[in-house]
Amino acid sequence: MTIPQVSEGQAVMNLEKAVRHDGEMGALESVVIRFAGDSGDGMQLTGSQFTVATALEGSDLATFPDFPAEIRAPAGTTFGVSAYQINFGSSRVLTAGDAPDVLVAMNPAALKVNLGDLRESGMVVVDTGAFTDKNLKKAGYDSNPLEDDTLAKYQTLELNLSQLTLESVKDFGLSQKEALRCKNMWTLGLMLWMFDRKRQPIIEWLETKFASRPEIAKANIAALNAGHAYGETAELSGALKRYSIGKAELEPGIYRTVTGGQAVAWGLVAGAQLAGLQLFFGSYPITPASPVLHHLSGMKEFGVITFQAEDEIAAVCAAIGASYAGALGVTSSSGPGVALKGEALGLAVSTELPLVVINTQRAGPSTGLPTKTEQSDLYQALFGRNGDAPIPVLAAATPADCFDLAIEAVRIATKYMTPVILLTDGYIANAAEPWRLPDLDSLEAFPVKFTTPEEAEGFYPFRRDEKTLARNWAVPGTPGLMHRIGGIEKSYDTGHISYDPANHQRMTEVRRDKILGIANDIPLQTVSTGEEKGKLAIVGWGSTYGAIQQAVRKARVEGYDVSHIHLRHLWPLPRNLGELLSGFEQVIVPEMNTGQLVNLLRAQYLIPAEPVNKISGQPFKIAEILDVIRARLGGAQ
Amino acid sequence: MNKPVTKLSPKDFATDQEVRWCPGCGDYAILKAVQKTLADIEARPENTVFVSGIGCSSRFPYYMATYGFHTIHGRAPAFATGIKLANPNLDVWLVTGDGDGLSIGGNHLLHVLRRNVDLQVLLFNNEIYGLTKGQYSPTSHIGTRSPSTPYGSVDAPVSPCAFALGAGARFIARGIDTGQKQLPGILARAHAHKGASFVEIFQNCIVYNDGVFNDFTEKAAAADAQLHVEHGKPMIFGKDGNKGLRLKQDRFEIEVVTIGENGVTEDDILVHDETNAALAHLLFTLPHPAFPVVLGVIYCNPAPASYESAVHAQIDAVKAERRTADLKAVLKKGRTWEVR
Repeated sequence: MTIPQVSEGQAVMNLEKAVRHDGEMGALESVVIRFAGDSGDGMQLTGSQFTVATALEGSDLATFPDFPAEIRAPAGTTFGVSAYQINFGSSRVLTAGDAPDVLVAMNPAALKVNLGDLRESGMVVVDTGAFTDKNLKKAGYDSNPLEDDTLAKYQTLELNLSQLTLESVKDFGLSQKEALRCKNMWTLGLMLWMFDRKRQPIIEWLETKFASRPEIAKANIAALNAGHAYGETAELSGALKRYSIGKAELEPGIYRTVTGGQAVAWGLVAGAQLAGLQLFFGSYPITPASPVLHHLSGMKEFGVITFQAEDEIAAVCAAIGASYAGALGVTSSSGPGVALKGEALGLAVSTELPLVVINTQRAGPSTGLPTKTEQSDLYQALFGRNGDAPIPVLAAATPADCFDLAIEAVRIATKYMTPVILLTDGYIANAAEPWRLPDLDSLEAFPVKFTTPEEAEGFYPFRRDEKTLARNWAVPGTPGLMHRIGGIEKSYDTGHISYDPANHQRMTEVRRDKILGIANDIPLQTVSTGEEKGKLAIVGWGSTYGAIQQAVRKARVEGYDVSHIHLRHLWPLPRNLGELLSGFEQVIVPEMNTGQLVNLLRAQYLIPAEPVNKISGQPFKIAEILDVIRARLGGAQ
Repeated sequence: MNKPVTKLSPKDFATDQEVRWCPGCGDYAILKAVQKTLADIEARPENTVFVSGIGCSSRFPYYMATYGFHTIHGRAPAFATGIKLANPNLDVWLVTGDGDGLSIGGNHLLHVLRRNVDLQVLLFNNEIYGLTKGQYSPTSHIGTRSPSTPYGSVDAPVSPCAFALGAGARFIARGIDTGQKQLPGILARAHAHKGASFVEIFQNCIVYNDGVFNDFTEKAAAADAQLHVEHGKPMIFGKDGNKGLRLKQDRFEIEVVTIGENGVTEDDILVHDETNAALAHLLFTLPHPAFPVVLGVIYCNPAPASYESAVHAQIDAVKAERRTADLKAVLKKGRTWEVR
């Protein structure tokens, strides 16, 4: 067995953040690891399995899968690099971490793309076997970074992972190519050892995944064990050190990890059950929204109908048709697809049918950056239709929040007979976090009441509930309630076609008022952290929640008078929001767009809210928000 | 709801809404034929849904005393698919036109036919855009002069029935708006067919394309220019009942022959086989006026299952296999841990 080469004579790695030494193990409060390699290297699997092992140890965590749009980009190139970052710790973790403490780089391209993010004196683990002249050239290195001073300010752990992996699996009769594919498991084994995580869950997962090819399962398990054993041997020689991360203090309960895609799917199923409706899901494959379609397609035992339509338009139209026929119509896409659905959404507004639209946002415009995250579809959600066509808009903060808001979207859609847009984004959809399983029995049901044949006397399709202004819902198949609806303006009093000018004004206003009235049926806006008045409010929505929350907490520890306000209801806005914001001297709105919420707030409340924008396809870092707070409040703490 | 089911008349399927098509429009005749058909087949209004897109033809649902959904341009097949999937017991009729169904909605028409959703598609073909005031359509013949083609159109038209066959439709028929004797029978057969039924109806637009079908719909010309096919019967037409279609020797082509001339007898005439897709294609694409326009049920070859029945059968099978649907169990599936 080779002894690792440790640069600059450092025999023991020393992660600066170690807060105490507990016997043999260095204890850390939290660690950020980034696994990076070719898109074919299995980095997403490695990261997600490390996540499972970490969650089972009771750490809190957040992850950030970051992968290219190409399925198999040319090997060794910088644009083919796939990465998975995990932040885990014994205190509350809300983001995937600003800068990795540990970077695992499986080839020169992965090092080149990711090294700049590594914090100073962080650790780099590299596969020297992949640092061939050919790979160095593909990555654009003129000289070998392992031999020059590129890595001088970091601790390096240079291992010939390729060779070590091949040795560990040589008994299983795999081809060279297959054997090398176990490299990620060898590396995972080493990382599991280094951070004291159990191997057993990964072994069970490998046995299930490769049940039909036991030799592959055995080889991968052998590689995993070999990586782990390597750590133990190296520790004995004093070359490597182990770290422990304690359990996080989380609310008691049963936990699992969840991604936004899963949480949306389960929330929709729960919402349909609470409404007492069959769930109809019409969708067309699009990155990064497809996981919702995949999850729901596997839930047929719940009576879920999934319809992979011929295009985005057919997906939403079929969902509206299903709602018309008495099911809960849902469609899901990302920005480009939602753009195609625009006309149909107008019809759902005009015919006042329930519909839930999930937009897993990605970087735009046009095709943009399909696998990168952004929150630039807020204008599209609020305004992206012809005519006055108001639609309630919700936005999830975290993967787990998707569950609650999917239910809320169903509740609003069915209670108010309206389409509802739920915004998530690529980051939320793919990232995983621990989730305390909700008590499903405690969720309040909101059963839908269809119009009955007994109500046929005086029935017309746009008769409204006086309180909610929702129209009644009479479904085909019901005797005595036959009626016709469509996108042409309808008479307020009969539901028949009407071109009367005063009627159009009245109908437009009632459609507006119905949606605005929802503000009375959603929670008042609260402050996530900080006081309800003060010098500075940082207002956010969507997946920036974690970064803003952590930044504001840190700033408050530093003595700054700053509060965090996070919006989940973006239309209608909570009815006390204007008053709440007026209690702050300054309002700053960080967004992953050029300033969409900030303009909405300025327009609604005539306040001088100011934008902070990041449109790089990457989530905000805590430090970026913290810098804004410090700059804004200066020495005022 | 224990009232005795009374037999409804065509009038019972008419709404109190004033019909707003131009006087003399072929749509009136089709409306009448459809209302008669529903009475004939003893349809229940509460179980019947008319779905349409946008265009003159798509105003149709407003005049039917059933459930109706006037949707958006070209997308009626998608709405209808959602309706049928959500409630397979509903009897769904889809009304579209040559622009709505074959131009903006061509993709959806393709897929509703390919999937074989159990519904009836009535495509009113008037070879023109009526509601937008007379532009040429995807079925207009080359040289059609219109506001958007003042020098005549130059692009080749699509054959609706050949398109439907190519898309995988298992029931294809053709009728004429004023053909009140034939149309209700064709529509009843379309209704009886389990799966997507496609009916092209030649419809005269009296304002923008008046008389475009006169050469085969005018009384004087009809007998020689129309061939009404029936399964199992020889394809004979003509005012003297002595013309017929014959398969050319050694070539996969059809020719018109006269019985009693050049030794041709009735035995030489092709017998219509509505299950034969290759024959159907030949009949759809016979050039007029060299050949008669073929009308009636030209192709009917039901598939084992319609789309919505297959979808629900799969759901039922999974339900039966898993027995319970417990969301709590789904959430706990995989790896969980307890924090105390």
